[in-house]
Amino acid sequence: MDFTAVLAQIKPKLGCVDDNLALIEERIGQAKAAGADLVVFPELAMTGYFLKDLVPEVARRLDSPEITRLVELSRGISIAVGFVEETSDYRFFNSALYLEDGAIKHLHRKVYLPTYGLFDEQRYLARGERFRAFDSKFGRMGILICEDMWHLSSSYILAMDGAATLLCLSSSPGRGVEGETLGSAAAWQKLTATTALFLNCRVLYCNRVGYEDGVNFWGGSEYIAPSGESVVRARLLEEDSVNALVEEGALRRERIFSPMLRDENLFVTMQELRRIERERRL
Amino acid sequence: MAGLAANTELLRKILVGFVRDEVHKVGVRKAVLGLSGGIDSALVAFIAAEALGAGNVHAICMPYKSSNPESEAHARLVAQACGVDFSLVPITPMVDAYFGMFPDADNMRRGNKMARERMTILFDHSAHYSALVLGTSNKTELLLGYGTLFGDMASALNPIGDLYKTQIWQLSEAMGVPSEVIEKKPSADLWAGQTDEEELGFSYRQVDELLYRMVDLRLTREELIGEGFGPEFIDSIYKKVQNSHFKRRLPVIAKVSNRTIDRDFRYSRDWGK
Repeated sequence: MDFTAVLAQIKPKLGCVDDNLALIEERIGQAKAAGADLVVFPELAMTGYFLKDLVPEVARRLDSPEITRLVELSRGISIAVGFVEETSDYRFFNSALYLEDGAIKHLHRKVYLPTYGLFDEQRYLARGERFRAFDSKFGRMGILICEDMWHLSSSYILAMDGAATLLCLSSSPGRGVEGETLGSAAAWQKLTATTALFLNCRVLYCNRVGYEDGVNFWGGSEYIAPSGESVVRARLLEEDSVNALVEEGALRRERIFSPMLRDENLFVTMQELRRIERERRL
Repeated sequence: MAGLAANTELLRKILVGFVRDEVHKVGVRKAVLGLSGGIDSALVAFIAAEALGAGNVHAICMPYKSSNPESEAHARLVAQACGVDFSLVPITPMVDAYFGMFPDADNMRRGNKMARERMTILFDHSAHYSALVLGTSNKTELLLGYGTLFGDMASALNPIGDLYKTQIWQLSEAMGVPSEVIEKKPSADLWAGQTDEEELGFSYRQVDELLYRMVDLRLTREELIGEGFGPEFIDSIYKKVQNSHFKRRLPVIAKVSNRTIDRDFRYSRDWGK
């Protein structure tokens, strides 16, 4: 079915859960008022990104008042949002929730925690261990958190699991000022478009903006149709909100026009991956 | 070299946004900076004026008696061109009073003292105006250690610390810094006729090409030689970067507890902002 998604390109405050929750609530209200079906927030929207030793302080359990509040708000609109999750065994995950009709429909824990260059996630956070597609009112979806998408297998698994919509929640730092566009924006645009194109999937990419200790987050949230074409893109480096009309017809037409996903041979892939796994063990 | 040719429109957007965001998030509206008459501080003044509104930026020119009079004239020209507030605080009385006690001090001690004198004036005005001090050191001089620790290297925010001198020239042109300031030879202006490039022994363009490949692209020594850089030049620049690293770090703290500041007590500076 057709649906309208809002990409909420916000500027969270570092370590201020209450302020960020208020900001998220405000954007949910605006999206609802505009008649949207789904609102997508960036990675770690509730906390900010360069948390370091703040991780345990800003982490919330799934039964915390803040998450309960967001679950409540999902009665009128579906919500995808990033936060730091604390588990009962005191692990902390870079997680994202998909909330719908007053319930948690899906929880994704970031699998690929970048720990290179300016990133240091694995020092502070535990690693997720699964990619699972899930059913929503708007069809089968999958969630990726930022770096997850830079691993081809992540999107591939979700597409094989039936996801037609990939939600990517991001806190991508801007760098590279040599080219026509910002280096990291150009790289991401290539990635999201190629992923959509290869897997005949739509991608809803939501990236944050603002600065933390001099690092800028570049925004540029966008909706990429299954053809790989960017349908709508938010502004670079500024707070913004864009509405994406996600058309079922576009997905159907693309899958008729270039049925790569239909022809994908899971049997061959699995057979060869198992062989590689066996050989690596030797 | 494509790597040193910056997209100035993008750079301007990022750096203006940086100053605006980082100043406003600490709850103040203003910035203060030292305006030397040179290109680096001129560019920062232009960025700050665009970010905060020219009326919220206070530039202070702090000449010593041996400073080239042209420097003050250029500082005034820059302030006028970007519209920021301007004041003059000569440092001759303080510096001369001090060296009256140490008449044998050499040029390096005198230069460092002047840089630190200016720093105290800027931070005093920071409190006076409720304004953050903007740094004006570029990436080339930060990497080479061509600056005074706790002097001109001290600031609250530095918008241009990740820009090589070559890129400073490009962005300055794009933002309308007066051409007299862009075209003149860079100088620390510690004594008459001094120029950076003469003192350093190489040109900024030369060293930027090397630093960009060495630091940003992480080329090996062999690869750098292959690109035509002389082994002695490579080694001397590598040593300069290495030997000045202490200037780019906080003072070293002896660890005795489980949580030592900056080692295992780690928070972003924008904590709660």
